[in-house]
Amino acid sequence: MVQTSNLLPHRFVISGRRLVIAVPCVWLLLFFLVPFLIVLKISFAHTRLGVPPYTPLWEWTSQHTLHLSVTAANYLFLARESLYLEAFLSSIKVAFISTCCCLLVAYPMAYGIARSSARWRNVMLLLVVLPFWTSFLVRVYAWIGLLRNNGLINNALMGLGVIHEPLVMMQTDFAMYIGIIYSYLPFMILPLYSNLEKHDLTLLEAAVNLGATPFKAFLQITLPLSLPGIIAGSMLVFIPAVGEFVIPRLLGGNETLMIGRVLWDEFFNNRNWPEASAVAMTLLLVLVLPIMIFQRYQAREAGAGLHH
Amino acid sequence: MTGIAGADMALLQTGSPRAREAAWKLSSTSAYIRIEGVSKKFGEFTAVNEVTLDIFRGEIFCLLGGSGCGKTTLLRMLAGFEPATTGRICIDGHDMAGVPPFKRPVNMMFQSYALFPHMTVENNIAFGLEQEGLPKNDIAERVAEMLALVKLDEFAKRKPHQLSGGQRQRVALARALIKRPKLLLLDEPLGALDKRLREHTQFELVNIQKRLGVTFVVVTHDQEEAMTLATRIGVMNQGRIVQVGTPQEIYEFPSTRFTAEFIGNVNMFEGKVIEDEPGHVLIESPDLGGRIHVGHGIASAPGAAVCAAVRPEKMILSREAPRGPFNAAAGTVREVAYMGDVSIYLVELNSGKTVRVTQPNTRRHADGAFRWDDRVWVSWHESSAVVVTG
Repeated sequence: MVQTSNLLPHRFVISGRRLVIAVPCVWLLLFFLVPFLIVLKISFAHTRLGVPPYTPLWEWTSQHTLHLSVTAANYLFLARESLYLEAFLSSIKVAFISTCCCLLVAYPMAYGIARSSARWRNVMLLLVVLPFWTSFLVRVYAWIGLLRNNGLINNALMGLGVIHEPLVMMQTDFAMYIGIIYSYLPFMILPLYSNLEKHDLTLLEAAVNLGATPFKAFLQITLPLSLPGIIAGSMLVFIPAVGEFVIPRLLGGNETLMIGRVLWDEFFNNRNWPEASAVAMTLLLVLVLPIMIFQRYQAREAGAGLHH
Repeated sequence: MTGIAGADMALLQTGSPRAREAAWKLSSTSAYIRIEGVSKKFGEFTAVNEVTLDIFRGEIFCLLGGSGCGKTTLLRMLAGFEPATTGRICIDGHDMAGVPPFKRPVNMMFQSYALFPHMTVENNIAFGLEQEGLPKNDIAERVAEMLALVKLDEFAKRKPHQLSGGQRQRVALARALIKRPKLLLLDEPLGALDKRLREHTQFELVNIQKRLGVTFVVVTHDQEEAMTLATRIGVMNQGRIVQVGTPQEIYEFPSTRFTAEFIGNVNMFEGKVIEDEPGHVLIESPDLGGRIHVGHGIASAPGAAVCAAVRPEKMILSREAPRGPFNAAAGTVREVAYMGDVSIYLVELNSGKTVRVTQPNTRRHADGAFRWDDRVWVSWHESSAVVVTG
């Protein structure tokens, strides 16, 4: 009697939990996995003129036989053509430098916010998130207004007599980096903040009590303990920065090769969907593989600690 | 006088506990820690108020008080985490003003232990020596020594989260002791342990302290912990040191009502001084419904309002009226609690006041045991009561 009355709510809890988990699962399945499979399929097709601009992978011919046509040519072309490799390497370089700069700028900011009084903390967090309230494009265009030859910065510097000819900043790597670092900074600050804010400050007191200077205590205690925040923030910046297309296009020079741009050109200018899909799949592989290796390493690390 | 001092100093060299107990009773021994008129204010709030205190080498000094009494703030000032608003702190003859915490000859064991979660037990303990830049071999040797001292040899490679509470406490102790500090500060060292482990650890702490000859300053709110650990106790209340003395002095001769009530149980009888002689005092107490004769003199004028404090175990319960006109009252037993070794009685006196009386159960078959609603007499010896102020 007691058991049945216990069992009933338990069952409800389980089914409720399943329902809650099912919603994001279905969402991911529909809007992530299905498009992913479509792109994967296109990447193995031939290009052709028409709608859609690629050949089907399988076809029922009139003799009731299944006709398969799968090609790896798109991937082979990727490997042969040095343009793609260069674009990949250049994108990774840009993303890497941007991530490092973001980290250097964001860490002191996140640290400052996490250590400030509760009243100021909320104000500062709000200021970090505030730019999201305006469109991303508007903010990038605002940088054009600041950086161009007769823009705000050049006018101010010339007005003050610091320079006599405008500094050429637009259409350079400098402007592109500024744009990327500026846009992705909150994605670095927020995970760092949420990590640093949880730190137990008595650990620092303990370190200082044992003879560590405050700086050494930071290096040996705060920095290693904030590693999860650093990794999370770096991934949030690095991954979208590799595929970044808009900022290099608007602020960067024409000579900066970015894989996102190559993909765009392939898709819209050349209308070579299979090749574009192959680029997209390779990009995904390049990004996902290191993450998976890292996660395996982390899982092993945690496991090793437990079995010692 | 100098002869006695000399003899005691000689005993000090041998390091016997008795000799060290005697050290702070000698005015000739200079204080190891000298706290002079130290106050700490946080805005309008005064956490520590004009504390003056001497602590001697080799002592286990307990700062005892309720939460918010300023004991932890005082400890943090010794460690250098908080600067004193006014006053001076000297350790081993050196003024500590402006000396940052990482340069003080002081180590601390934190209440939460504050073990570094990303380091193994070994690395936690080695941390202090690594800051000094000692050679690796020396560090390894001393870490092994410490691990043996706290009996954690097998756990060297574990992380703190893989240890039990008692093991963490010992790692914290080892980490704080590895630099061989002259002074160790302990913030509620046993607070996070369960009762059985506390008793065991308590004695272990005292043993280690004796072996290493370190001066301990312990902060605690637990009077039992203070009584068993301390060579001397400083009772704190509202930022002030109320009384300093050995556990026995604090228990037997509390100087204020706060001390008497904070440590152990006590029966308080309010009254007025009607006779004040060098050898005794007579107090008229409406609480008792009679007069209290105290066998020691106090410095107050007749008519002053005072309290006489009597510990429950010093009270005598009887069926017949005791001899003598003082220190006795009749009443009714309202509660009996049998504790095994002792029984606790709550007796309502004729004056309306309820007192607590503890009696040892010296006989197995106590035919004459007191029961509910028995009419009894409560009395005590004239040396048992203490006059307190406040």
